[in-house]
Amino acid sequence: MVAHAETIPKRHHPLLAFAARWLFTTNHKEIGTLYLWLSFLLFFIAGGMAMVIRLELFQPGIQFAQPEFYNQVLTLHGLIMVFGAVMPAFVGLANWMIPLMIGAPDMALPRMNNFSFWILPFAFALLLSSLFMEGGAPNFGWTFYAPLSTTYGPPSTDFFILGVHLMGISSIMGAINIIVTIVNLRAPGMTFMKMPLFVWTWFITAFLLIMVMPVLAGVVTMMLTDRHFGTSFFQAAGGGDPVLFQHIFWFFGHPEVYIMILPGFGIASQIIPTFSRKKLFGYDSMVYATAAIAFLSFIVWGHHMFTTGMPFVAEMFFMIATMLIAVPTGVKVFNWVATMWRGSITFETPMLFAIGFVMMFTIGGFSGLMLALVPADFQYHDTFFVVAHFHYVLYPGAIFGTMAAVYYWLPKWCGHMYDERLGKIHFWSATIAVNMTFFPMHFSGLAGMPRRIPDYSLQFADFNMVSSIGAGVLGLTQVFFLYIVIKTIRAGARAKARVWEGAEGLEWEVPSPAPLHTWNTPPVITEGQAH
Amino acid sequence: MNLRVRNRHTFLLIALAVGMFGFAFALVPLYNVFCEITGLNGKTSAQAALVDEIEASKAPVDRKVTIEFLAQAARGMPWEFHPTEGKLVVQPGEMHATTFYVRNLSPHAVTGQAVPSVSPGQAARYLKKLECFCFEQQELPARGEMEMGVTFVIDSKLPPDIRELTLSYTMFRVEDVEHEHFTSRNE
Repeated sequence: MVAHAETIPKRHHPLLAFAARWLFTTNHKEIGTLYLWLSFLLFFIAGGMAMVIRLELFQPGIQFAQPEFYNQVLTLHGLIMVFGAVMPAFVGLANWMIPLMIGAPDMALPRMNNFSFWILPFAFALLLSSLFMEGGAPNFGWTFYAPLSTTYGPPSTDFFILGVHLMGISSIMGAINIIVTIVNLRAPGMTFMKMPLFVWTWFITAFLLIMVMPVLAGVVTMMLTDRHFGTSFFQAAGGGDPVLFQHIFWFFGHPEVYIMILPGFGIASQIIPTFSRKKLFGYDSMVYATAAIAFLSFIVWGHHMFTTGMPFVAEMFFMIATMLIAVPTGVKVFNWVATMWRGSITFETPMLFAIGFVMMFTIGGFSGLMLALVPADFQYHDTFFVVAHFHYVLYPGAIFGTMAAVYYWLPKWCGHMYDERLGKIHFWSATIAVNMTFFPMHFSGLAGMPRRIPDYSLQFADFNMVSSIGAGVLGLTQVFFLYIVIKTIRAGARAKARVWEGAEGLEWEVPSPAPLHTWNTPPVITEGQAH
Repeated sequence: MNLRVRNRHTFLLIALAVGMFGFAFALVPLYNVFCEITGLNGKTSAQAALVDEIEASKAPVDRKVTIEFLAQAARGMPWEFHPTEGKLVVQPGEMHATTFYVRNLSPHAVTGQAVPSVSPGQAARYLKKLECFCFEQQELPARGEMEMGVTFVIDSKLPPDIRELTLSYTMFRVEDVEHEHFTSRNE
C-alpha cells in the first residue's frame, strides 16, 4: 500500500486522490476489483431489462412495452449480459487470481491492463446512450443480422458499432495480457502441466478471444461501410449476400459462447476438489478436453444456420461436428463427478454453486445436443426452446460459475468470511428461481412459441406466467447477493490465509486479505506440488 | 528470459489479432468463390452461358423438372413485377424461354436491376441462362411497361433428387444501389 501510494502524484483533495488511485492504478488486484464491480453494475442494468421483458410476457397481449421498445430492451439485454456482465466478470477474476495462482507479482502488461479496463465504461456508455436517441436503441437482437442492422437499423446502430469496437479492443488487450502473463511470469517450477485449471481454461479462452474478437470487429466494420460508404458486403442489390453476415457472425459467435463458459469450467475444477478434499480427477484429460472444445468451437458455426438453406452435406458436417463437442464436455462432467466420488464432501456455498453449475449446465448441454440435430432444429429454430437452452448454459453455467468463484475467493479478497447461512439461502432461492424461470421455456418453445416477440398466443400463458414469477424472484435473489457481498466486505469473521480446509494452490499461501503486492519474490514450486 | 523474448510474445499475439481482423475480410472473397463452386447461396451466373457449355448440358435425358418463377420488387421500388407464367415443366437439356412483366407505377423514369436466386441452392449452377434481363439494367419511362425475357437450359446433369426448383428475382432500384445511404432509405 505504501509503496503504491508513492507512485501516484500527490493530491490534496481526498476525492481527487481517490479518483486518481482508481483511474491510474496498474495493480492487478485493483483492476480485477474494477472489472468485477463494473460487471456487477451491468449485470443489474441488463437484469433490469430482463425484468421489462418478463413483465411484458407475464400475460398475452401488449401491456407494458410497445413492440418497438421491447425489441430495443431485448437487444440491449443480450448485448450487455454477454459483453458487459459475463465477459468482464471473468476478466476480473482472471486479473485477481491468475497472478496469485501462478506466483507472479502482477500482470505482465500493467498499463495495458489499466487501459483495457477503462475503455469499457465508455463502450457501455455509448451503447446505453442509444436508448435516449431519436429512433431508439438498436432493435435487431444481440446477433444483429443484416439487413436488419444495415438497411433497416436505426441511426443509433452506429453508436452500437463503435461500442462493439471498443469492447473488442478491450477484450483483445485483456487476452494478450493474460497469455503473456501465463507464458512469462510463472513461478520457477510451475510448469504448464502444474498450472491450476482456472489458469489453464483462461489461457485457452484468451486464445479464443484473440482469434474471434477481431472477426467481430471485422463484421461490424463491414456493417458500417455498408451503411455509410456504399459497399455491399451484405446487400443483395449490390451483389452482396446477407447470409454471408451470418457466416461471419457465427464464426465469431460460436467460439464466443465458449469464451463465456470455459473459465466457468476452470472455476468448477478449482472448487470441487477443495470441498471434496481430493485431487481433481483426470487433470490432464481436463486440459486436453478444454483444448478440444476450443478447437471444435471453430468448425461448428453452421449449426446456427441450418434453416438458411444449407446443402445437405454442410448440414451433416455441422451436425456431426457439433455433437462431437459432447465428447470432451462429457469427459469434463465425468471428471467433476469422479472427483466428488468418495470424497469427504462438505457443502459450503461455493461448493453448492459449483455442483449447481455442473448439474444445470449439463441440462443446457443436453438441450444443445437436441438443437444440433438438423431435422429437429427446423422445429426448434428461433423458438423459446433456444432461449431455454442458452439461458441454461449461461445462467446456471457462466453466472453460477462466477458466483461460486466470488464466494470461494471473496474471503481472500477482503479478509472476511461471508455469512454461510445467507450464502446458502442465496443459493437455494436462486436455484429454485432459475429453474422456475427457464425450465418452462423448454415446453413453450417445443410447443412453438417464437422468441423475440412481445405477444403470444393464449396456450402459452401459463408457462409464461410461471417464468415471469420465477424471473422476479431470481432478480431479487441477486439483489440479496449484492447485500451479502457488501456485508462481507464491511465486516465478518476474519479469514485465515488458507480459507478452506482442503484448498490447494498458491493463492492460499498469501495472507487474507491479500496484500496489494504479492509474490514480489516468486515462490518455488517443488516436484510434489501440483495444480 | 530477457525482455526481447518476452516482448516477442506480445507482438506475436497482436499480429495474430490483426491477422484475424484481416481474415474476417478474407472470408468475403472466400465465401464468394466457395459459393460459385458449390452454388451454396443460390446465385446464378451473372453472365450468359457459353455455347459449348450449353452443348455440354444437352445430353438427352428422360425426366421432367418443374421450375417455378417468382418475382418481387424490393422496398422503395415502384414497379409492378411478376412472371407471366407461374411455372414450367421442362425436360433437362432442352432450351426454354419465359417472360416477366414489369410496369413502372411512378410518374418518373426508373432504372432497375434484377438479382436472381435459385432454390435449392445446389441447383443454381445447373441453371444455364443464354439470355436474361438480369444481365443488364432495365429502364422504364414513367408509367411504362414491358415484358422481359429469360432463355435457359437446365443442365441434364442436374442431380436426380432435385425435381423442383424455384427461380426468384428481386428488382432493386438502381439509384438505391448506387447511393447506399441509410438516410435516403429512411426518407
